[in-house]
Amino acid sequence: MSQPNRLETGGALIDRAHKITFWFDGRPYKGHPGDTLASALLANGVKLVNRSYKYHRPRGVVSAGPEEPNALVNLGADETHEPNIRMTQIELHDGLEATSQNRFPSLQADVGVLNAAASRLYPAGFYYKTFIHPRHAWKYVFEPIIRRIAGLGKAPTHADTSQYEHTYAFCDVLVAGGGIAGLIAAKAAGEAGARVILAEQTERLGGRLLVDDDAEIEGKPAKVWLEETVAALEAMDNVTIRLRTACSAAYDHNYCLLYERSGDKGEAAQVRHRLWRVRTGRVVAATGMIERPIAFHYNDLPGVMLAGAVRDYVKLWGVSPGENTVVYTTNDDGYRTALALNEAGQTVSAILDSREAPVGDLIEKAKAAGLTIHAHTGIGKAKAKGQRLAQIETISFNDPDAEGEAIACDCVAMAGGWSPVVHLYSHSGGKAHWDEDLAMYRPDPANPPRGKDAEAMVVVAGSANGELTTGAVATQTATVTAAALSELGFTASAAAPSVTAPSEAAIVPVWCTPSKGKAGLGGKHFLDYQNDVTVADVALAAREGYESVEHAKRYTTLGMATDQGKLSNINGHAILGKTLGKTMAEVGTTTFRPPYTPISFGSIAGRETGNLFKPVRQTAMHDWHAAHGAEWEPVGDWRRPYRYQRGSEDRDTSIHRECLRVRQTVGVLDASTLGKIIVKGPDAAKFLDLMYTNMMSSLKPGKCRYGLMNNENGFLMDDGVVVRLDEDTFLCHTTSGGADRIHAWFEEWLQTEWFDFKVYVANVTEQFTQIAVAGPKGLELLGSLDSDIDFAAVPFMGMAEGTVEGCPVRAFRISFTGELSYEFAVPLSFGLSLWEKLHAKAEALGGGVYGTEAQHILRAEKGFVVIGDETDGTVTAHDVGMSWAVSKKKEDFIGKRAMERADLTRPDRKQLVGLLTEDPNEVLPDGAHGVENGKAIGHVTSTYFSPTLKRSIAMALINGGRSRFGEVIEISTAKKKTARAVICDPVFYDAKGERQDV
Amino acid sequence: MLLIDCPCCGVSGEETEFAAGGEAHLVRFGPGSSDEDFTSYLFDRKNPRGVHFERWRHAFGCGKWFHMVRSTQTLEVFGVYKADVTTPPQEILDRVEAARAEGRVK
Repeated sequence: MSQPNRLETGGALIDRAHKITFWFDGRPYKGHPGDTLASALLANGVKLVNRSYKYHRPRGVVSAGPEEPNALVNLGADETHEPNIRMTQIELHDGLEATSQNRFPSLQADVGVLNAAASRLYPAGFYYKTFIHPRHAWKYVFEPIIRRIAGLGKAPTHADTSQYEHTYAFCDVLVAGGGIAGLIAAKAAGEAGARVILAEQTERLGGRLLVDDDAEIEGKPAKVWLEETVAALEAMDNVTIRLRTACSAAYDHNYCLLYERSGDKGEAAQVRHRLWRVRTGRVVAATGMIERPIAFHYNDLPGVMLAGAVRDYVKLWGVSPGENTVVYTTNDDGYRTALALNEAGQTVSAILDSREAPVGDLIEKAKAAGLTIHAHTGIGKAKAKGQRLAQIETISFNDPDAEGEAIACDCVAMAGGWSPVVHLYSHSGGKAHWDEDLAMYRPDPANPPRGKDAEAMVVVAGSANGELTTGAVATQTATVTAAALSELGFTASAAAPSVTAPSEAAIVPVWCTPSKGKAGLGGKHFLDYQNDVTVADVALAAREGYESVEHAKRYTTLGMATDQGKLSNINGHAILGKTLGKTMAEVGTTTFRPPYTPISFGSIAGRETGNLFKPVRQTAMHDWHAAHGAEWEPVGDWRRPYRYQRGSEDRDTSIHRECLRVRQTVGVLDASTLGKIIVKGPDAAKFLDLMYTNMMSSLKPGKCRYGLMNNENGFLMDDGVVVRLDEDTFLCHTTSGGADRIHAWFEEWLQTEWFDFKVYVANVTEQFTQIAVAGPKGLELLGSLDSDIDFAAVPFMGMAEGTVEGCPVRAFRISFTGELSYEFAVPLSFGLSLWEKLHAKAEALGGGVYGTEAQHILRAEKGFVVIGDETDGTVTAHDVGMSWAVSKKKEDFIGKRAMERADLTRPDRKQLVGLLTEDPNEVLPDGAHGVENGKAIGHVTSTYFSPTLKRSIAMALINGGRSRFGEVIEISTAKKKTARAVICDPVFYDAKGERQDV
Repeated sequence: MLLIDCPCCGVSGEETEFAAGGEAHLVRFGPGSSDEDFTSYLFDRKNPRGVHFERWRHAFGCGKWFHMVRSTQTLEVFGVYKADVTTPPQEILDRVEAARAEGRVK
């Protein structure tokens, strides 16, 4: 297989001795190590690589870097599939697979091209204007069709098996870009003793020095200086060089993201992409420039490329993008491309220069090489043969109506001028200003992005600052780097390497080349290639009133493609200004937002996938539960056994069995996830009086009290049993999900409001295992234990300390089931052992474990509230009928003032009631609304079938509900379906509480 | 991602190590206060484009609350100080005034 466009010589990056095979759209091709996918395809004569987004026009490679708008591919397949990757950044490796995008059925014969034939019907804002009526048609007719035709890459269908990771790094100076400016800056910083990271987005250092070797630096050829400088940097221990690593973002306070394509070398790399999270003293943005295209009629044909890119392909990869090239330039740099092609033995039919009388070193060189130069001339029109460029017609700027000259060519090299890459300067608020002489946006030194101490955190060096010659790049870089180093406390020399380079004359920008007839009517002058935005579209947007650059952008989608306007945003803004009669400075520019180039989702996720996505908290009995058929319920970060499956029984059977076991014999429950907070100190009682609605200071040591906690709005936020362990020590139990929150809540008040209180707070939730033993045979079970505690002597809401089966325990006689019940707290390491013993004893008595769902049913039978079920952040203690827990004696507690507000004392507030359905077997849906005269009067908060009562029960918050006991209301259960239920007291079982207080 | 200095443990840490706690130096109004005062305490918060006195907690560090003075506009930090005071230190107020004089913040 031959590579028809591979030159005989040249190609600094490729290894001609080796050939590798890669696949594009299912066909095998050959390339060399060092190629990019773009250079290898061009070498193979493949010019048509994609279809445009809107018109499905045939498109080829335009650039050689991250600004590429056209040459996007689906890279890899199945588990490694990654869409929308720029061919110009894909390093070729053996067996590489890629497919083209946005075409159907194939790249060569695409049906979407019909869009282009009807392109006059698709002006800017087409979708906004067209698909308004009928309303439903958009969702069901237009959108599905448009989605099939339009679009870029395919979403992956397989789970990604690659590994990604995040890495943290710290440095004094982060140099973004490994061209001449970056190298000078890194060397200066390294020599000054600073910790330096040099990040370069490609796999090579040197930037344009590798291509443009017409300068001498420190009296040596550029290439020699480059080799020596790289060697010097590599020898410095305090300098880290990272290739294939783009500085994606410069965020607040010098926090930068580097995106490393570590696995893109094609070797078996363990980590595919790595995201570096770097905190640096200063960022030196040595990010260079990106060349601009020139708008002319059909400037999007495959074969029309950036001049710098054409030169890159010739010199770096030994590829000639065309056999016969026309260079269309607005500046001296375009001549370098003509000279490079000429030196490589390729035909340059003409150099068209927008300037009236170009003079300078490079022009003289071109003349000496015998190249034809047409001054004050541009391309009026490009013509295709088949799907590629075949001919251009010139246009004279002196007389645009004169007949142009037709020149046959298969490549146009556009040199539209250069735009500094000011992105890193702009990401955190730095401003760019328009330089009319240089025709470019440059960083505005008066408005830099500021760091924590108001320092200018990003320093822009070299061509990124608009420096156009190698000499200016070196001088400016040395000066700003030395200044930054000095601010950081390093001593650095501002001496720049001496440079001899050709002189260059000023640019005369051409934003749009006129064609015969009116611009944009009849012809298409493309600005944003990927989104098919033309000069006419931007002009139309301006005429329709989208005058702000941000509005015009969104209306036309200019700059909204995957290149984010890198290539041609400036051209678009110039056209907008021209149409509106405004200067570039008046038009302004859109905001540069991170990331600089797209980063992969995998790199964002890093290792935080699968089991590492969110760690699960486990109790001491977690594995035991799993081995005994637990179905898990997530509670906060915990997993609790919802129920235990036995054999093939169904869900309800197991839950009801567990409920009845507690009512009839004895059950054991893992209650370890309940929050446990120790509050200790001489002011502990005073503090808890402020935290709880009820009085805690009156609690006697050794006693337990159920407490309610408000927020400052007067609404319930948590509840739990408080135990007074001794005079100045309290143990506060919280809900399972609330432990961390309540601990933080206590700390907040102690640290920020009552910081004079002598109180310490400690969250000991994970230090203890807690086990509930509940049921009428509970005392029998406890009596059979080897223990020094006389359980029968412990009163209801009392506690005892001692030893049970060799484990040191605290036993609290508290009940959340309504049965006789004890909760044991043991140090974590004893947890499983005590659990297994208690469980065995329970089984011996005909009992066993119960899960959280049985617990919920048992407490609902008793009318006990659950924070988050009966409450939702708008419910007070009075609303849920617990006024008995709100102290009237205390002068103050959190939420007391709020509970005096008129709205919180209304008699018709929603109040907690019980509901008994007329059909005892009908279980109401959770959250169902009570309805009266077509209006909602409240909602169901908890609803179950009670195995104890053998009927449905529910709790609900109903307007003024407590004064409505005995009334029948309707509950909406489904669309147009209601159930009738009688309002009752929410305590359905053992209203006097005789079972728990025997 | 802000870089925050904890005045309690001395660590200079990532913003994700800390939790923001809203406006600083609010005066708590409890039982007996007027509706206006109480409403203001609960709900009225400053939202300046410029200098903001705020509370932070070193939530995933030493756990301590503290104060920070920061420009919401440029993210410049004028200083941090402990939670158990009701007014900012004079040196921080001086830095704020200096920045205002230079036109860096409102």
